[in-house]
Amino acid sequence: MAMTASELEQLLRESFPAAKITITDLAGDGNHYAAEVIDASFKGKNRVQQQRDVYAALKGKMDGANGVLHALALTTKAPE
Amino acid sequence: MSAQDTIRATVEGNDVVLFMKGTKTMPQCGFSSRVAGVLNFMGVSYVDVNVLADADIRQGIKDYSDWPTIPQLYVKGEFVGGCDIVTEMTLSGELDQLFDAKGVAYDKDAADKIREANA
Repeated sequence: MAMTASELEQLLRESFPAAKITITDLAGDGNHYAAEVIDASFKGKNRVQQQRDVYAALKGKMDGANGVLHALALTTKAPE
Repeated sequence: MSAQDTIRATVEGNDVVLFMKGTKTMPQCGFSSRVAGVLNFMGVSYVDVNVLADADIRQGIKDYSDWPTIPQLYVKGEFVGGCDIVTEMTLSGELDQLFDAKGVAYDKDAADKIREANA
């Protein structure tokens, strides 16, 4: 149960077409990633709201035992 | 009591609550460990809820906050965030500000030490 970095980026890209997205595979196992998403839609939202948007974009891929992703370290912000 | 009632009572009845995998003295996941470690080091008095001990709470807390991951930190009944948000807030000093605003006691020098070590 894993996914590639490009699959992950593609999934995020569907919801954030204009975002700057940086994916890092932390463990090299396709299961532990860090993602930085910088998107204009985050402006005026707090971090909880921003990261809820990202989780929504993942469409259940992180849902516990049924999820394909175990760990995703998130950094979200609006462009400067 | 349903899982939602238990969660609400815990979150609203305690100043600081951490839902985590494992316990504050024996965390069982790196992300839970990081947040518990910050709170422990800062000397914050908090209630730890081990979601691995109760499947209904483990799913229930995700429904309660509409947040898919563990750990989850609550201060005065409000969801603050998960591991990444708490880490960022610790390093930026926003966590100190939140504790100040909510009247939660913590060791300011220890918080500064965390920031120095990660500068």
